[in-house]
Amino acid sequence: MDIHEYQAKEILAKFGVPIPKGALAYSPEQAAYRAREIGGKLWVVKAQVHTGGRGKAGGVRLCRSEDEVSDAADELLGKKLVTHQSGPAGKIVYRLYVEGGVSIARELYLGFVLDRKSERVMVVASAAGGMEIEDIAVEQPKSIIRVSVEPAVGMQAFQAREIAFALGLTPAQIQHAVSVIMGCYRAFEELDATMVEINPLIVTDADEVIALDAKMTFDDNALFRHPAIAELRDKSQEDARETRAADRGLAYVGLTGNIGCIVNGAGLAMATMDMIKLAGGEPANFLDIGGGATPERVAKAFKLVTSDANVEAILVNIFAGINRCDWVAEGVVQALEKNPVKVPVIVRLAGTHVEEGRKILARSGLPIIRANTLAEAANRTVAAWKNDKSSHIKAVVNA
Amino acid sequence: MTILLDRATAVLVQGITGKIGSFHAKEMIDYGTNIVGGVTPGKGNSSVHGVPVFDTMKEAVEKTGATASIVFVPPPFAADSIMEAADAGIRTCVAITDGIPAQDMIKVKRYMRRYRAENRMCLIGPNCAGVISPGKALLGIMPGNIYLPGKVGIVGRSGTLGYEAAAQMMDLGVGVSTSVGIGGDPINGSSFRDILELFEADPQTEAVVMIGEIGGPQEAEAAEFIRDHMRKPVIAYVAGLSAPKGRKMGHAGAIIQAFGESASEKVEILREVGVAIAPTPAEIGVTVETILRRAA
Repeated sequence: MDIHEYQAKEILAKFGVPIPKGALAYSPEQAAYRAREIGGKLWVVKAQVHTGGRGKAGGVRLCRSEDEVSDAADELLGKKLVTHQSGPAGKIVYRLYVEGGVSIARELYLGFVLDRKSERVMVVASAAGGMEIEDIAVEQPKSIIRVSVEPAVGMQAFQAREIAFALGLTPAQIQHAVSVIMGCYRAFEELDATMVEINPLIVTDADEVIALDAKMTFDDNALFRHPAIAELRDKSQEDARETRAADRGLAYVGLTGNIGCIVNGAGLAMATMDMIKLAGGEPANFLDIGGGATPERVAKAFKLVTSDANVEAILVNIFAGINRCDWVAEGVVQALEKNPVKVPVIVRLAGTHVEEGRKILARSGLPIIRANTLAEAANRTVAAWKNDKSSHIKAVVNA
Repeated sequence: MTILLDRATAVLVQGITGKIGSFHAKEMIDYGTNIVGGVTPGKGNSSVHGVPVFDTMKEAVEKTGATASIVFVPPPFAADSIMEAADAGIRTCVAITDGIPAQDMIKVKRYMRRYRAENRMCLIGPNCAGVISPGKALLGIMPGNIYLPGKVGIVGRSGTLGYEAAAQMMDLGVGVSTSVGIGGDPINGSSFRDILELFEADPQTEAVVMIGEIGGPQEAEAAEFIRDHMRKPVIAYVAGLSAPKGRKMGHAGAIIQAFGESASEKVEILREVGVAIAPTPAEIGVTVETILRRAA
């Protein structure tokens, strides 16, 4: 789960990480008022969206008066921000964070990730802050410092000092940097984060070390033990369909193609999408309905897939293990009888009770195109989609 | 011979009194698995499906001599149960539970390193379908009837895609020595490499099917092992050709975050070390058959 910059900063501040003075605003008036509260002569108005690359996309504005703050807020609120990380749909700005300007002497990079190779928390730092870490890795790979944390004892102060010295900080700055690094690690560990990124971490002329930006991502599997974090979820930043799916216990990822997919199991769902692509189609979504594909779940899946206006054919691919094909078939029939769909529906069933399942589909009299194998399923789906993109499929192809 | 599991392996079911644990315990008993007991703290001195239930793993192992266990414990307590199994001297532990926090798994992996390599538990999963040695025993949740006993090993992250491969092979009359689901989590017990090593040493296994997916470094690590240590042919498929970068595809670990983590990059790495690539997921069975015929 992602959270906003201002939320990440509030959390990190509690762990002793210095942040600039700042406050949240929902309107231009409030933004100007926040600027006055913060004081000074320079402010930054930052769009709060769950995506990186805000600066380049115009989501971060430097302002020198309260009027400028108000104007910047007016322009940003309600705007769809499309960055190179957000995807073409972009993210809508509903919240702004107004911050006091700070003098920057140096910009550094500091990140914490779960490293799958070493199976540990890895700290990544670089003196080339302000750039994205992917670009640093390409342009200045030698500047990257990596330190892995021994899970039995956690991060040690000497490791933080090593990083701070490797970043070329002066003795007056070292202790500040160490408390930032240790604070971020404690937040990461205690709150089950999967990523903490401070970019840039800045050094001021007064030798302070401050988190100018902050990103945190949390482990969805651990939210049950962090209710306060779970409450920070902002559904306005998520794909509405994905949110609806997640609330119904389905794993869904919206894509840009035309063929809707309803599959059990993540691997088989990916393989089904691969097959559609190889057969000449484009999948509209990833959807894993999980192990216990009850009729209710199948019905919900149909509703979800057909809510995507781009869907012009639907492929249901179920390999029943614990599941039973007859139950899935019942689900498909019930869903289609209750909410008839206008696009071709292809159903492939395999595994436990497959014969009963196929009989149920045949008996239903519904215009369902049946397939026995994965290859047949993909080929028939793409063929049906090409033949009949808009009207009802008339012929029932018997498998 | 098979890997990890045969008819004689004595198995404990952790979480046997729960709905899911009890259901699958029955399925495993019916398949022929030597289930000798179960563990649910506080439910000791009772029994499920005719096998005794114990309060602790230590007691269960002492009284039954079990060497393997399977975990159906809910996510908040699953890591604890896996460590309890390791501490009780279990040699093979399959964790079915989906949804264990990643940091819990880091702790589990670190905890297991307390034991010398020769005493260390082999953990399969979590978030996996388990292990089956067809015709002998089932230590998992897969449907037993889609596996023909035979000489091809299967190792994959996904449960249902593994079923798909096994069913394609069965249709062609190709049997399986052991099938291992290593699970879809970013931090898991045994890796592809670990299982390939077991298959390479197993006299019954003549070829191995490896079913990877996007995300993580384990396919690349497996490729290095195949290049340097494997003499048996390996057939592979990597799912997620059409998966966009940075999006989690169902499995917690199925997400492209770095170079080399996409399906096409992984396929290239495997192809380079001589692995036969199934061109589509519908051609896993055919590719295996072709390779076996060529080897014979």
